[in-house]
Amino acid sequence: MTSETASKPKLRAQRRPADLVFQAVSTIAGFSILITLGLVAFFLIIQSIPAMVGELPGPADNFLDYVIPLAFGTVWAAFLAMLMAVPVSVSIALFITHFAPRKLASAIGFVIDLLAAVPSVVYGLWGMAVVSGFMRPAYEWLAANASWIPLFNGTASGTGRTVFTAAIVLAVMVLPIITALCREVFLQTPTLHEEAALALGATRWEMIRMAVLPFGASGIVSSSILGLGRALGETMAVAMVLSPSVVISFVIISSSNPATIASNIALNFPEAHGISVNALIGSGLVLFVITVLVNTLARVLINRNPRTGGAK
Amino acid sequence: MTAVAPAKKIVSRNTLTAGQLPKWMPWAILVGSFVVTSVLFGLLALVSSSQFNFTGAAITGYLLFLIALPVISNIVEGGRKAADRLVTGLVSGAFMLAFIPLVSVLWTVVEGGWRRFDVEFFTYSMRNIVGEGGGALHALIGTLLITAGAAVISVPVGIFTAIYLVEYGSGPVSRVVSKGITTLVDIMTGIPSIVAGLFAFALMSFIFDDPGYRSGIGGSIALSLLMIPTVVRSTEEMLKLVPNELREASYALGVPKWLTIVKVVLPTALAGIATGVTLAVARVIGETAPLLLIAGFTTSMNYNLFSERMMTLPVFAYNQYVAPGVDTAAYFDRSWTAALTLILIVMILNLGARLVAKLFAPKTGR
Repeated sequence: MTSETASKPKLRAQRRPADLVFQAVSTIAGFSILITLGLVAFFLIIQSIPAMVGELPGPADNFLDYVIPLAFGTVWAAFLAMLMAVPVSVSIALFITHFAPRKLASAIGFVIDLLAAVPSVVYGLWGMAVVSGFMRPAYEWLAANASWIPLFNGTASGTGRTVFTAAIVLAVMVLPIITALCREVFLQTPTLHEEAALALGATRWEMIRMAVLPFGASGIVSSSILGLGRALGETMAVAMVLSPSVVISFVIISSSNPATIASNIALNFPEAHGISVNALIGSGLVLFVITVLVNTLARVLINRNPRTGGAK
Repeated sequence: MTAVAPAKKIVSRNTLTAGQLPKWMPWAILVGSFVVTSVLFGLLALVSSSQFNFTGAAITGYLLFLIALPVISNIVEGGRKAADRLVTGLVSGAFMLAFIPLVSVLWTVVEGGWRRFDVEFFTYSMRNIVGEGGGALHALIGTLLITAGAAVISVPVGIFTAIYLVEYGSGPVSRVVSKGITTLVDIMTGIPSIVAGLFAFALMSFIFDDPGYRSGIGGSIALSLLMIPTVVRSTEEMLKLVPNELREASYALGVPKWLTIVKVVLPTALAGIATGVTLAVARVIGETAPLLLIAGFTTSMNYNLFSERMMTLPVFAYNQYVAPGVDTAAYFDRSWTAALTLILIVMILNLGARLVAKLFAPKTGR
């Protein structure tokens, strides 16, 4: 027996107690992520049940009536913001990767990162103090001259604090995120494809259209969706800029604008009590579900289209 | 001698650059279109005796440039080049557009904030202050305490999670588990900050059975929910960068796994981890929404994370602006100064992170 064990030496490393402890600590930390997310869902659900089954004070007496206008406002503001942010961010990413001189490009990247670092409350202050005043003449002009378009069919807001102003601020906030992600995607375009296009006599734009954009298409979509997730959940900028009311309206220049879920929570939570708190937490749960769905969609798109070097 | 004659012809009409706009042409057209539109808008302002519309002139000038350059290019160079020039103009314009909000934000904050950027602002709280004077010391202390609390919670959890993912996540079972955890971290990254605040409130008010619960530690919990995924992701990236040869060399010397991680892997990745943690702190230190819900607002100093409401700098900036008392100018000034302080803190943290990355980068010998 002894000779057999000697001929087959065990190659397993000796398990020291410290090793086990360290591994246990790491594993517990890893699982704490799972537990935390479970707790988030659990507590949000527990606290919102009273509002979902009971009657709410105020104009909306059941939870669905309460949350649908808010959910509409959330999606509408984020949609308007994406409409502005996506083309601009893709252009900036293209400028950084394919147009700017290399030295300038890294400086621009730093500036874009600075935009990302500015706290949201500062954007809120800026939107309130600067953007709304700046946009007000434009709203007045649109109300006077373009009211045949349904979007502008209303009385112009006297303060300029409309859903469109909020969308501008949101667009500025998600712009650095989308730009940074698109920049990474565009940088991964195979150089050979680009050089082949140029060698065939393509202009720079034709090279981008034929080599860079097809390669980066899925990346652009998924980074836009990640930006959308951010825009949906953004609170302070919207809470400070928007003058909210409970409506479902597509008019973007008037003073009655649909509030968003997040801004509604921020504005009403400090004074809320009783079942109103449960209703606010319930709307937060809806927002949580929406953002998780949106983010999951983005991740699925990223994983489904692994960049295979542009070959389809 | 016969070869000279055609050579002369080439020099006189350079076929290589014929049919191309000279390099200065786009710039000339750019300047030209701005001059034309400013003259037009100037005349308009004179006629209607209104103010010169700077924004209108700039937008129209840019549009004129976008039309003029491709049209001229189309005549001289043909349609394909014209399209290229149009796109170049559009893309450069988008890039210039991004500078407008940045400059505007910084200018507004500095212009509004410098007046109260004084000693009193950093040495007084708002206790018993109506109108002018007062400061944000209570908010500054609150921000530092709550953020420190969040860092104390999330840095160990984040780093150990990353260690689990990278160092222990390679077995057949743990590979599935670590994939699941990575997905959960991704989901966590997408949690809106206000939902984190709601969670912290729901948790604490449940534990203490107090429907009006407010405290600093609740803010720390909310912020750590936002911070953990950032720390995990950056630490994970850094640990993956540590070459496997280092680990194997350490095992070959008979060093146990945990000591290898503590003495070899972590020190090698330290600079990157420190950078990631600093950036995570910079991300959460400006968060307003969760603190508005769970930490509340107060005008007095509070050094105790575990009881009573606690003011923070972002909430201070928000509160002073949206709920000014009499003498609104004093409240607005304090709000802008708080915003300026906040931006400075975030900038310093960002620069610090870059500095850490540079100073403590492991010497690779390459």
